[in-house]
Amino acid sequence: MTWWERLIGWTSGTSSAASAKERLQLVLIHDRTDVTPATIELIKDEIIAVIQKHVAIDAGQVEVALTQDKRENRLVANIPLLEGTSRRRRR
Amino acid sequence: MAGKVITITSGKGGVGKTTTTANIAVALAQTGAKVVCIDADIGLRNLDVVMGLENRIVYDIVDIVEGRARVRQAMIKDKRLPEMYLIPAAQTRDKAAVSPADMIKLAEELRQDMDYILVDSPAGIERGFRNAVAPADQVLIVTNPEVSAVRDADRIVGLIEAEGKGPGHLIINRVKMEMVKRGDMLSQEDVLDILAIPLIGVVPEDEGILVSSNRGAPAALDDKNRAGQAYRDIARRLLGQDVPFMALEEKSGFLQRLGALFGAR
Repeated sequence: MTWWERLIGWTSGTSSAASAKERLQLVLIHDRTDVTPATIELIKDEIIAVIQKHVAIDAGQVEVALTQDKRENRLVANIPLLEGTSRRRRR
Repeated sequence: MAGKVITITSGKGGVGKTTTTANIAVALAQTGAKVVCIDADIGLRNLDVVMGLENRIVYDIVDIVEGRARVRQAMIKDKRLPEMYLIPAAQTRDKAAVSPADMIKLAEELRQDMDYILVDSPAGIERGFRNAVAPADQVLIVTNPEVSAVRDADRIVGLIEAEGKGPGHLIINRVKMEMVKRGDMLSQEDVLDILAIPLIGVVPEDEGILVSSNRGAPAALDDKNRAGQAYRDIARRLLGQDVPFMALEEKSGFLQRLGALFGAR
């Protein structure tokens, strides 16, 4: 590694160790659960379809992701409702 | 008291399982414990050369399993220590020559008169790994601070838990502190964050390890060797003592980082 590369890494805070850690964390989420990014996309599309039958949601803003805390994995979905779907408005 | 079976495994090859097994065995035997090592890497025998016992092999583990030798006949005594033995792997057979049930039976017999039975697992997650893990009371997972070794270790952590042998205990081997300080090697904290299992040892990279395997005299036999000291610390933790981790990991401050940045390469 040249001094220049070291300076860049040092100032931007992205050392090679930091990228190793980040890459490992991402790849291990999928290794541990055997859920591929493609499966996540499929789950997301199906969730959107089911929920849209009942509530208007902002399909473009739906997020479905695997997260982990220590060795516990969780599938987290964040589904924003479209404005105008609250009861008060509908009444 | 019945002996304890400790299996040393890693997933990835070349991270230092065999060196770790030999050194922990030496360190435990130095405390007066009765120790036997089993080389479970059938077809790729190596623990014998690392321990310096290769010229004394008569029988091996497959001879025991197939009834050609009694367990005691196949145990090679290491004369440097009061009570340390090796059961070598067979070199001309493959992993299928031994089953997990055979390993459990062998370990049961050894438990009668040994304090520690250390099993050196082959790399991989197939038959040889399953053989090595089958009799284990405790599993030590060896890794290096490097992406492929940590990824494989994570797989092993999962498999050990699925076998009901968890949690495995982690040994981070071949840590180069100057690289960690420079931000070019995962630190022990990084590896622990990722794997999230208890840590039992951190071993520094040490040229003395190669010298010791050249000679067939494990580094733990040498009082002055730093890696050997790390292995002696692991042995004491296995004995239940509370041993602080070696100060490999001084947090680097601004000036040190600046120094490392402009330091000679």
